[in-house]
Amino acid sequence: MNQDIYVVIEHLRGQVAEISFVMLAGARELAKGLGGNVVAVLLGHKAQGLAGNPSAGSGQCLAADKVLSLDHPALADFTSDAYQKVLTDLIRKDQPRAVLFGSTSIGTDLASTLSIKLGLPMVSSCCSFSADGKFVSQICGGKIMAEGDLPGPTALVTMVPGGYKAEQGQSTQSPAVTQVEVPALESLRVTLASYIEPESGDVDIAKEPILVSVGRGIQNQDNIVLAEELAQALGGAVSGSRPVIDQGWLATSRLVGKSGKHVKPKIYLALGISGAPEHAEAITDSDTIIAINTDPTAPIFNIAKYGAEIDLFDLVEVLTAQVKAAKGS
Amino acid sequence: MPERIDFWGIPFTWGSPAIYVYFLMALGSIILLVRFFQRARLWWRVGRPEVRWDRIHIRLWRLIKYAIVQVKVLRQKYPGIMHIGLAWGFFTFFLGTALATIDSHFLKILQGNAYLVYKFVLDTFTLLFLIGAGMAAYRRFIQRPRRLTLEPGFTWSLALITLIVLGGWFTESLRLAVEKPAWELWSPLGWLLAQAWIATGASAAPLMNWHLGIWIFHLLLVTLTLATLPVGTLLHILTGPLNVFFSKLDRPTGQLAPIPQTAKGEPIYASTLRDLTWKQLLDGDACTECGRCQDACPAFAAGKPLSPKQVILGVRAALRQDGRVLLNKDTKAPFLAGEKISDDVLWSCTTCGACVCECPVLIEHVDAIVDLRRYLVIEGRMDTELQGTLENLGRYGNSFGQSERMRARWTQPIQPPIKDARREPVEYLWFVGDYASYSPTLTDITVKTAEVFRKAGLDFGILYDAERNAGNDVRRVGEEGLFEMLMEKNSMALSKCTYQAIVTTDPHTYNTLKNEYPANGDERRPVLHYAELLDQLIITGKLKFSKKLGYKVTYHDPCYLGRYNGVYDAPRRVIEATGCELVEMPRHNDGSFCCGAGGGRIWMAEGEIQERPSESRIREAVKLGKVPIFVVACPKDVTMFRDAVKTTGNEQLVEVKDLIELVHAAL
Amino acid sequence: MNIVILVKLVPDLVEELTIDISGVALDTAWLRLIINEFDDHAIEQGILLKERGGGAVMVVAPDIEGIDDVLFTAAAKGADRLIKIKGNFAGVNNHALARAFTAVVKDLQPDLVLTGVQANNDLDGSVGPLLAGCLEMPYVGYISGVSLSEGKSKVRKEYPGGLIAEMDVTLPAVLGIQAAEQPPRYVAVSKVRQMMKTSTIEERTVTDLDMAGGPTIGRMFQAEAGQRATMLTGSPDEVATKLVGIFKELGVL
Repeated sequence: MNQDIYVVIEHLRGQVAEISFVMLAGARELAKGLGGNVVAVLLGHKAQGLAGNPSAGSGQCLAADKVLSLDHPALADFTSDAYQKVLTDLIRKDQPRAVLFGSTSIGTDLASTLSIKLGLPMVSSCCSFSADGKFVSQICGGKIMAEGDLPGPTALVTMVPGGYKAEQGQSTQSPAVTQVEVPALESLRVTLASYIEPESGDVDIAKEPILVSVGRGIQNQDNIVLAEELAQALGGAVSGSRPVIDQGWLATSRLVGKSGKHVKPKIYLALGISGAPEHAEAITDSDTIIAINTDPTAPIFNIAKYGAEIDLFDLVEVLTAQVKAAKGS
Repeated sequence: MPERIDFWGIPFTWGSPAIYVYFLMALGSIILLVRFFQRARLWWRVGRPEVRWDRIHIRLWRLIKYAIVQVKVLRQKYPGIMHIGLAWGFFTFFLGTALATIDSHFLKILQGNAYLVYKFVLDTFTLLFLIGAGMAAYRRFIQRPRRLTLEPGFTWSLALITLIVLGGWFTESLRLAVEKPAWELWSPLGWLLAQAWIATGASAAPLMNWHLGIWIFHLLLVTLTLATLPVGTLLHILTGPLNVFFSKLDRPTGQLAPIPQTAKGEPIYASTLRDLTWKQLLDGDACTECGRCQDACPAFAAGKPLSPKQVILGVRAALRQDGRVLLNKDTKAPFLAGEKISDDVLWSCTTCGACVCECPVLIEHVDAIVDLRRYLVIEGRMDTELQGTLENLGRYGNSFGQSERMRARWTQPIQPPIKDARREPVEYLWFVGDYASYSPTLTDITVKTAEVFRKAGLDFGILYDAERNAGNDVRRVGEEGLFEMLMEKNSMALSKCTYQAIVTTDPHTYNTLKNEYPANGDERRPVLHYAELLDQLIITGKLKFSKKLGYKVTYHDPCYLGRYNGVYDAPRRVIEATGCELVEMPRHNDGSFCCGAGGGRIWMAEGEIQERPSESRIREAVKLGKVPIFVVACPKDVTMFRDAVKTTGNEQLVEVKDLIELVHAAL
Repeated sequence: MNIVILVKLVPDLVEELTIDISGVALDTAWLRLIINEFDDHAIEQGILLKERGGGAVMVVAPDIEGIDDVLFTAAAKGADRLIKIKGNFAGVNNHALARAFTAVVKDLQPDLVLTGVQANNDLDGSVGPLLAGCLEMPYVGYISGVSLSEGKSKVRKEYPGGLIAEMDVTLPAVLGIQAAEQPPRYVAVSKVRQMMKTSTIEERTVTDLDMAGGPTIGRMFQAEAGQRATMLTGSPDEVATKLVGIFKELGVL
């Protein structure tokens, strides 16, 4: 039994996901209070390089005290069955104080089932920890927070972004990598058939400097043209939150959110977007967020720099006209 | 002595001409009856039963008003006069022939002065008819208005009847040219043409030959007309009056019929022709294709795919195509919605009722559309926005998707608090409505309404959180089950309250509370729109104004207050009482042009649109020139028209105000 | 093909949420519970699979106030069997719920178990993967497409950025639905009311609700407003002018 905090690193097609760094930062906070190490757990195939060079070009290393590499061809791409079998083995053997997973498509496929299989307690939707071993989770669309002592003997935790910045989980020093034996992986019940690329679309919203983003408040597809005109006037592009894409009013390539793109534009103009956590986490790195929403209690106002409690339909055309006038067109 | 001569100028060489006449008339009539029956039997054999023959005296009166006098046709001057000329002409000639027949065989009535009057009347109507025919020809070939179906069938009918009448005129004139009776001037039109024959210098013999020829031709034409009447465009002569006779009596316009049930108590949804009533099938055959409904339709004017005319003709086409086959009870009937009439067409309707109001033969378009919508709802075929709104209405009781607890939030700044009708008795129970309660841009009008009620010393209260959407438009969208649920909840809340009358801000709420909600207990308490209430208060002196506003205003009659419930004068008196000068828009009173929000349209995606009905209406108001205020009496109208003022760029020229705002300002 | 769908009710976020006197749970006085929207998608996906390839759809839910309406609505959409688990579910966590489901679901001999990938009040994981653990079935979450064949299924799993992974999963399996292949269909109120008359809800009872595995909440509280945005006020024109000013400051105009 040790006081180490294990972090299950999430990576997809050669790139370490940002949540991994957030988890490392959270793990560091926990580890400080407990006196243990932050151990990055890297499952994959020939993926050891990710420890020291997470994505080609960024040059950031995992801010961990050490890296455990579990290498097997069946682990090359994430599949729940294989990863579960490997982690069950590892956690049973090592019995760390806590194992952190991302509250993501990868992490949530693993944590709960492991909790049952190993008989270990779990906490989900955790956004931060305190040095005295407490967790803070957010539920109900980010409106309610729950705090408690980190359960034992080994706590399985899924983490959401927002509590730590990715930079806090990055370091310039490449941690030591230890190979760990992987159990036999046969008759796997889940196998990867293929990846399907997202529709490329005409625009990569992650590269746009200005985004005019619409949420449920846009009410119907016909009104999107108002946002398009504003975006055009400003020299940016239109994006949207999940409800808008689910209705088919905008292409999937325009989705900003947990399942869509994370964006960091100069200006993110949120029209009629409530700011639920799944969306908020994807825009917090923007330079300036401006929120327009008639609901004063909308969570978006907590992350925006400027806001107006005004009907977007009253504002957009007037704003477009003023912007055009200012540009002299 | 002046008298009618039987078969003047017709030789008896081959027997009495009466034999031929009666033979051909009998032949024509039999063919007419057989063909008509073949058509008519489809109505009751394919369609569902419905009792529409009660209160015959009212139905006969309607027959006189709409089928004989044709008051609805006369709503438009040119085609009104045109058709009166043709139709009354024909009634007269029919009567004339009947009298002639009686005169021939039973009682010699057409002699002396009676005969002279008879001739004069017939001649006058001949002239009216020919003027009508001329107007019709001009309309069909030169004017070519869009609402008409400009097809050969109609030209053929016009030609037939004109030739028949011309035949009558010509034979009369030829007789006069030969006989030159002393009373010939009692047939002025005939006399005129007779002079032309006389001028040719022809002797009696050729004139009589002409007479015989034209007489025979006339006889054959009439026979042909009779035989082809049931399959041509003249069918409306029979089906029109029938449709008027069997028109809706059992309920006011503002009340929809509940969903019909089979003997086993299962609901019947209008998916095929078999699910429509025989009267609805008759509607299809009664349509004269005049297109007035289409011209009045706001959806059609906006460029939506809906044309009420085409919906009715769609039913007719379906019956024509499939009717015969469907006589066999085992044949599966094809679907109406989606196949004969597209979903989009059905969803475009605002249920404003302008089509029903205009229709000269009293076709009930809105009922048919709602019936078909009920089927679409059961199948879940609607756009996602409407679905979301219906789910909100089901869960929260309002179309905004907000908690019931927020319904009375607008009352917070009001001191002393408005009475809670659930807790104490009130005289007027104010049913506020969704839009007035939840829409952030409208709540200040609601607050002003409360202030006006207070100033007038009214004892009023509201239901606070117990109020739900009254359900008028839920019903018109076709979600009958949800309507029943809302109605039950509201009725339950109302039954626990003590009140004398209900007053409401919203005409849609007004319509359903007044016409569709069950009576509360033993008595049905009055339901008033606030315009009616204000009118009463002003008349009885309880509401006094301290100033005269002196604005020039125009007033938009809301569909559910005006057309559906006949309340036109009360709001106008209120406007006058505030000291404003009312200038009417061309389309006012029952001709008012819908804002486009009704029938659930405000809950649906707008779709492809050329010009919004609200924009068209604002432009109509602006055209009045220097009328800066546009007065409305419905919260949805406020929203729709304020938007339209912006989108048409008329902010400097016209401002939208609710009637309450005028009253409030004049207090 | 037996398709079992697990449904639970969650707080409606339209209402204002407050904490009760204990300080560790939501106040239930004004709390409205509605179907977890992801479970709604799971029902839709289940019905779609039945419409495509036949089979029986069975919906299982805990007996909480308001559940009958949810079950009858599922029946109106095409569910074949409705099963309610009776027990004291107040304040019960997902671990206990998953265990309660386990015995019932095993009896139904499912080929496929569908449930929402998450719920807004999850604090100890989600019911789907927990149940998969109890039943020892494979689990894949964030599913937005399913097709079935003999003994296995092909699923579409969503990753960020719109990337999709197509995976083969052997049956029986548990899938966590993110979105059905089409939005949940509308069911007319009259149809649901009719189901109330014609359908029956089967009942099972569970006595022991084992919450082991969940965290102990020390304190529950409303999220703080945090750093609130600088609010711009005035008429639309005035706000627009202020925004143009901000754009100029930022060098965009």
